[in-house]
Amino acid sequence: MKRKPKGGDIKSGRRAFLRGFGKALASVSALMIGGAGLLGKKGTSDAAVIKPEIPPIPDYDWTEHDWGYGIDATRCIGCLRCVEACKAENGVAPTAHHFRTWVERYVWLEGEERPLVDSQSDPGNIAASGSQKEYRFDNRYQDKKIDKAFFVPKICNHCRHPSCVQVCPTGATFKTEDGAVLIDHDYCIGCQYCVQACPYGARFFDPADQVTEKCTWCYHRITKGLQPACVEVCPVGARIFGDMNNEASDISKFLRENRVQVLKPETGNAPTCFYIGLDKEVS
Amino acid sequence: MEALYHASPFTGYVYPNETIIPWTVMIVIYPYMTGLVAGAFSVSSLYHVFGMEKFKPVARFALLTALCFMLFVPMTLLLHLGQPQRAFNAMITPHLTSAFAAFGYFAAFYAVLLMLETWFAFREDNVIRARNSTGLVRSFYRAITLWSDDISEKARSYDHKWMLTLAIVGIPSAHGLHGYVGFVFGSLKSREWWGSDMMPVIFLFSAIISGIAVLIVLYTLVCKVRKTPIDHACVRGMGGALWGFLMFTLLLEGLEFANVVYKGKEGIEIIMEYVTGPLFYRYFVFQFAVGAVVPIIILGLMFARDVRGKAFLVGAVISSLLVLMNVFLMRWNVVIGGQEIAKTMRGLVYYHDPGGREGLAAALAVLSGPFILLAILTRVMPPWKEMTEKG
Repeated sequence: MKRKPKGGDIKSGRRAFLRGFGKALASVSALMIGGAGLLGKKGTSDAAVIKPEIPPIPDYDWTEHDWGYGIDATRCIGCLRCVEACKAENGVAPTAHHFRTWVERYVWLEGEERPLVDSQSDPGNIAASGSQKEYRFDNRYQDKKIDKAFFVPKICNHCRHPSCVQVCPTGATFKTEDGAVLIDHDYCIGCQYCVQACPYGARFFDPADQVTEKCTWCYHRITKGLQPACVEVCPVGARIFGDMNNEASDISKFLRENRVQVLKPETGNAPTCFYIGLDKEVS
Repeated sequence: MEALYHASPFTGYVYPNETIIPWTVMIVIYPYMTGLVAGAFSVSSLYHVFGMEKFKPVARFALLTALCFMLFVPMTLLLHLGQPQRAFNAMITPHLTSAFAAFGYFAAFYAVLLMLETWFAFREDNVIRARNSTGLVRSFYRAITLWSDDISEKARSYDHKWMLTLAIVGIPSAHGLHGYVGFVFGSLKSREWWGSDMMPVIFLFSAIISGIAVLIVLYTLVCKVRKTPIDHACVRGMGGALWGFLMFTLLLEGLEFANVVYKGKEGIEIIMEYVTGPLFYRYFVFQFAVGAVVPIIILGLMFARDVRGKAFLVGAVISSLLVLMNVFLMRWNVVIGGQEIAKTMRGLVYYHDPGGREGLAAALAVLSGPFILLAILTRVMPPWKEMTEKG
């Protein structure tokens, strides 16, 4: 399990930013001990109360952006390029059990009321790919009669009210001003309370670093004006990313022109990952 | 093809990241041990605060038992953490909306309180020991009394006043600590099996029964090993308390389950598949039937027929052992059970022992720690005086 080395030009900015943020968070939190009681605060609203210094990313002001993610499930062909690109870009553990993004396949066999669901982690699909580093869907339905079938890409929802941020005991995971939910890997204690709290299964425990991991929307890329890796490689445009503050952006257009849904709205987490083409069976 | 990563087997559809169960057996024995602390402390308080004389023989022993378990509670969490050396981050920079952030404070406060109360409870004994010994032993006892040497009537009444105050503060603290552990699970909306308002209350009551049960077993064991007479009134008192609280606990757990089933929210099919399948034996058979209904019947019959003496003792010890199993299974079925029902509500994950520092062997080692410490501590500060003088 050789891991892609972390760091480098792209990452040094993010690391410095995280370090700075950690320090700011530490001092602000220390001040807060005296002031605020556990019960005096409601939900995750304090995520906005913590106002760290502007992170030192050149030519980037995080107060000017409000990132959003769109998924057009009707376009996804289940090629899983996004999953592999994400793993390569972010040095995600090369196993079939650690993913920042994944794709689900929903299949209704003829006459069946409920669908069969699997993802690239399914043992059959792992066997089909022959490797835990490459992903594909097998042809198990080749000879079956199918009523309806589609793919649904999944990713961290970067919620407005993230339950993972709410439960983090140290503040190592936090909501940025521009809408992303990030983790300070140098501050995470690895308790995995956030893994439990996330209703979407978007978080996992990194076996190498012994801290929690998740999608960052490729924060090191988007703060340089690039697209997240999964969006970049999608051959059919099923994944859309952009600044919701910018009316001309892809995501603003996506939200304006479609009737969108979010996953598990009943949790109150208010995802900023918007879908079209979902089905009642998708959760 | 490369070997599969060390993941849990699953059926149906589970999120890819769910195939590795985050919380292991360490997080099962964490609430188990805090529960024993709260329960043992409750018994001690029955004498120290409420002056119920029949609990006097075990009052100080209960205090030591609570202390020994409390000192090992953080070990479970430290072994679980991926970065244990950063554990204090949660106390240095607590994130105040997190139920976990307060644990360090709660636990530290309560551990200090327990140590203080123990110090007062054993101060007079230790002063006398220091006076009656020489050399290193004398220096040792002088040190653990923190060099206080005054056991005059006035000083002792001062001790008692402190002990009463500490015990009174200790009751809400012990129960707060454990109720809070229930909140850690009950406050999560991500899992149907956990997210219940009743969770803290259920944890609390099961804590009380486990504490009483462990004391009945340990007290009997100590009397047998030391060949001292057993105070049957004391065992009867504890047996009665166990019986009452056990019925209440079973009722609460039954209500909780009935609520989940009756509401029948989305995903109820997978919950029913789970409880009637993998969970059947460890939930219905061993936790409910063998671990709760059987001891309720045994204790109930013994009270109804006015069974006394040795027969009562045997019945009480058997019931206590069953209750200890019941509470352990309750913790297991909540902590591991909750994670075995996938968040997709379309599949089940099957826990397997990850081994190593979070494995079953490590858990057993941690769980045996308090008993070993108790054996040592009762030699340093014997709590037997009340046991023998009444017997």
